Amino acid sequence: MNRETLRVVVLEELSAIAPDIDIEAIDDRARLRDEYDLDSMDVLNLLTALHQRLGVDIPETDYARMHSLQDLLDYLESKAER
Amino acid sequence: MPSLGADMEAGTLAEWRVAPGDRVEKGQVIAVVETAKGAIDVEVFESGVVEECYVGPNTRVPVGTPLARIGSGERVVTDLPAAGTAPEPATVPEAEPPPTVSASAPPAPAPPRASPAARRRGRERGIDLGALAGSGPGGAIVLRDLERTPLAEPRPDRPPVGDRGGGFDREAMRRSIAAAMTRAKREIPHYYLATTVDLHAAERWLADYNRERPPAARLLMAALFMKATARALARYPDLNGHYQAQGFRRAERVDLGMAIHLRAGGLIAPALRGAGELALPELMDRLQDLVQRARTGGLRAAEVGTATATVTALGERGVDTVFGVIHPPQVAMIGFGCVRRRPLAVDDMLAVRPAVDVSLAADHRVCDGHLGARFLNEIESQLQRPEAL
Repeated sequence: MNRETLRVVVLEELSAIAPDIDIEAIDDRARLRDEYDLDSMDVLNLLTALHQRLGVDIPETDYARMHSLQDLLDYLESKAER
Repeated sequence: MPSLGADMEAGTLAEWRVAPGDRVEKGQVIAVVETAKGAIDVEVFESGVVEECYVGPNTRVPVGTPLARIGSGERVVTDLPAAGTAPEPATVPEAEPPPTVSASAPPAPAPPRASPAARRRGRERGIDLGALAGSGPGGAIVLRDLERTPLAEPRPDRPPVGDRGGGFDREAMRRSIAAAMTRAKREIPHYYLATTVDLHAAERWLADYNRERPPAARLLMAALFMKATARALARYPDLNGHYQAQGFRRAERVDLGMAIHLRAGGLIAPALRGAGELALPELMDRLQDLVQRARTGGLRAAEVGTATATVTALGERGVDTVFGVIHPPQVAMIGFGCVRRRPLAVDDMLAVRPAVDVSLAADHRVCDGHLGARFLNEIESQLQRPEAL
């Protein structure tokens, strides 16, 4: 799965959780939690949805590495390659 | 029209989910009511046959107005009142009052699940939501699904009200919060206490618990906070109940409210029923479900306005301490600040530990600071034994 497809999937799930986010204008480098006001439950719901759709599990210990959409895509891409 | 909160004076019957002649079972959702808290599903309290609907859809009526009559099915009146029509202001059926319930029930094909904004927009534009495919959570129809639909004639009789950003009438919600909080600060002599709780044990336990589990089965610290608080409330019943005209009444069960921030602004605090008795995984599921439904619509009447005490947790983007305002007629608001690593004295050493400030705002008419302090210490001791939660 290439990065562009991953991005589409992530944005779809993000928009289901936070419908008010304008995904057309999303900044890949912005901190998701702060910029888009995601709380811990939103993040957990996003990871649950990504796990179900992509089969990529993100252990809790890796949460800290994922601040922005870009970090998340980097992580998913590396996991999906394996 | 059920009262869905101490501050609610009237509500709008948005739609019937049942028709006269339908058999309904206790607990069935029979109507949707729009309130300042969004669209709420109303459940019926008894089984029977819907004999007559007194109030038409899109009609605003005072709390206490009979909406429908449930009976044996002998006197079915099939005509539904037209939209916008209600019985004489708050009429009550006279002589041999038949059992009257504050709600109605769904016809065979269940109406589509939709966000409050989508329902409202659909009504305004005359769009049949049943004909749409939902793209929201759980296939719910959300506003964007309607944007693709060609406009029907706008309904001339219902001028748009307020700002509906995010599915709620924000102005109405603001007014409702204002009314409740003004009453709280006018009537309730609050006292405030706070203490810092070391979360070392809780965090370690949680990390262990979550390590081997997929995201769908993981717990959040908030679930531990809720459970610890619910258990402590069960031991301190003077903080769990309602203060009304006749004074304070303890509740028999802990129905713990959870303040949920709505993304579009405002907040709502639906109740987690029997929170003290729920195992953590179930409590977590229910919490997620409540948050989801609070944000997309579909809270039930039994969940709003019924909490016996409320928790507000600021989460990781919050600040250290929250000084809550009690939601009348409750008598306690328990606050959790954000969990941060802080220097704490542990034995004779200085340690850096995850910690949270837990606060209590309580009604001084019912109890004193001494009890409140013991209550907060009980929450702390619950959190020190996470494996037992």
